[in-house]
Amino acid sequence: MALSSLKLTREDRRGLVTGLLFISPWIIGFLAFRVVPFVMSFYYSFTFYPILESPKWIGLANYRNLLSDGRFMSALYNTAYYAFFAVPLGALIGIFLAMLLNLKVRGLSIFRTIYFLPSITPVVATALVWLWMFNPRGGIINYILSLVGIRGPGWLGSPLWSKPALIIMSLWGVGGAVVIYLAALQDVPREMIEASQLDGANTWRQIWNVTLPMISPIILFNVIIGLIGAFQFFTEVHVMTGGSGSPADSTLMMSIYLWQSAFQFFKMGYASAQAWVLFLIIIVFTVIMFRVSGRAVYYGGR
Amino acid sequence: MASQTEALSTGVTHKSTAVYRIKSGLTEGMKYGVLIFFSLFFILPWVWMLSTSLKNPQELVLWPPIWIPDPIRWDNYAQAFKQAALGRYIINTLSIALPSVAGAVVSNALVAYGFSRVKWPGRDAVFGIVLATLILPGFVTFIPLYIIFSRLHWINTYLPLIVPVFLANPFYIFLLRQFFMGLPVELSDAARVDGASELETFWKIILPLAKPALAVVALFQFIGSWNDYFGPLIYINDTELFTVTLGIANMRGTYGFMNYAWIMAATVITVLPIVILFFFAQRTFIEGIALTGIKG
Repeated sequence: MALSSLKLTREDRRGLVTGLLFISPWIIGFLAFRVVPFVMSFYYSFTFYPILESPKWIGLANYRNLLSDGRFMSALYNTAYYAFFAVPLGALIGIFLAMLLNLKVRGLSIFRTIYFLPSITPVVATALVWLWMFNPRGGIINYILSLVGIRGPGWLGSPLWSKPALIIMSLWGVGGAVVIYLAALQDVPREMIEASQLDGANTWRQIWNVTLPMISPIILFNVIIGLIGAFQFFTEVHVMTGGSGSPADSTLMMSIYLWQSAFQFFKMGYASAQAWVLFLIIIVFTVIMFRVSGRAVYYGGR
Repeated sequence: MASQTEALSTGVTHKSTAVYRIKSGLTEGMKYGVLIFFSLFFILPWVWMLSTSLKNPQELVLWPPIWIPDPIRWDNYAQAFKQAALGRYIINTLSIALPSVAGAVVSNALVAYGFSRVKWPGRDAVFGIVLATLILPGFVTFIPLYIIFSRLHWINTYLPLIVPVFLANPFYIFLLRQFFMGLPVELSDAARVDGASELETFWKIILPLAKPALAVVALFQFIGSWNDYFGPLIYINDTELFTVTLGIANMRGTYGFMNYAWIMAATVITVLPIVILFFFAQRTFIEGIALTGIKG
């Protein structure tokens, strides 16, 4: 590339100038709001930085402290717990509902609206409504459970049930994925399905061998985006617990602890180290997802 | 040969028609059963939100819970505006969202054009960087950003929430680029032959054709700004400057459970613009969502 850039034709050079001018807003934003903060946060992660003083270099101390920080370990565990259940469940239910809607369904647009609307409501509103639904006193969820003879748990008041409550709530927003999967399913060529039917494939084989492979790139994309979102799960917990991650730190997510370290304890260096651990985890998982899915995902003929 | 298979297949269908009909009737019923079951799950919180917003404090903790309060307390909505300055929060949020919509449309259209309809060496490699930043988590950069913005004295102003929007966003760039690439090359060639500059081609030929895609960006950005919580939480401390999301989240701490009906009334008002917007722009939504998700 370095070689070819030396021998740019006049047309190339003019194109380059025009192109760079058009993308200049992105270049400025990329440098000012991504590259610079990215490098700064890496530097801060090696410093002792109570916000009012200037940062002091302390080497790997922040990272070493993280290893022996019980609250950070809880945050790691809680985040992993949430992501482990919320992301696959969301994908499964999303694909399942999209497949149902893709069968000839009367009132398709009504169902789609009902499923989709929660995914664009403000998360703060969602959190406030579900907080009240999960309330053991007068909340509707335990009432419905009592109708079928189940004594509901304390949900967000119980260290054991607070994370399941958050996972259930997250499924309310699955409709965005349903719409994406539905659009993908509608793009699967009819001939392929008909061909598999002629070959005598039953519905399950047809789904397993034709439909799912055809939409696998979209599944991969959505699962990765979902995973990145789950690792940064913040607003719901912040609103429902007032930023504390209660009860007994059972909803203390990595993002919540990071926010607490920065804006309640003003330990900017320590918080930056947490941010970098979070970043590395996200990178590792994204790479693993791409590697593992390498064989399973079908990219049109390649 | 052909007639033989034909006879065979008609024979088969003839025999299994009755069985098939019962089976398909059952699966049809199950299909709608499952769809309706999930619909109830998705609808329940809306009903509960509305119902709670109209209750009096005693009714909030009744067991078994009641669905229709008696009397219906419309006053909770008036209280939401009185107790929580909801009107001011709405104006505050709009004064962030509207400039952001303009900024997102203009900047992303320009950048996407540069990545799709102008040929330059290294273009696709640079676009790869744009895509890579999609997975860069916001939590990695927010501490330095906070420090930068506080040095600029932008804390307690809306600038940290608006200015970055004017500098393009990888998601929207991707979406618009996808759309621009679908427009025929001949359009630009014809304009060039007529002596139009690249900027004129962009402004007069491409932008008018891209209205549906620009509408998607405008819509998503409005909702993004309206729904945002983390940004205002970090950069806005002054209650006078609170956005709606910050305002209603704050009510929870202030009023607690005895006045939850006020909080729910405020929540209904917060959600309402989004719901209305959805019903007016349903197609734009569905197409936009499919467009961003599918071509990834």
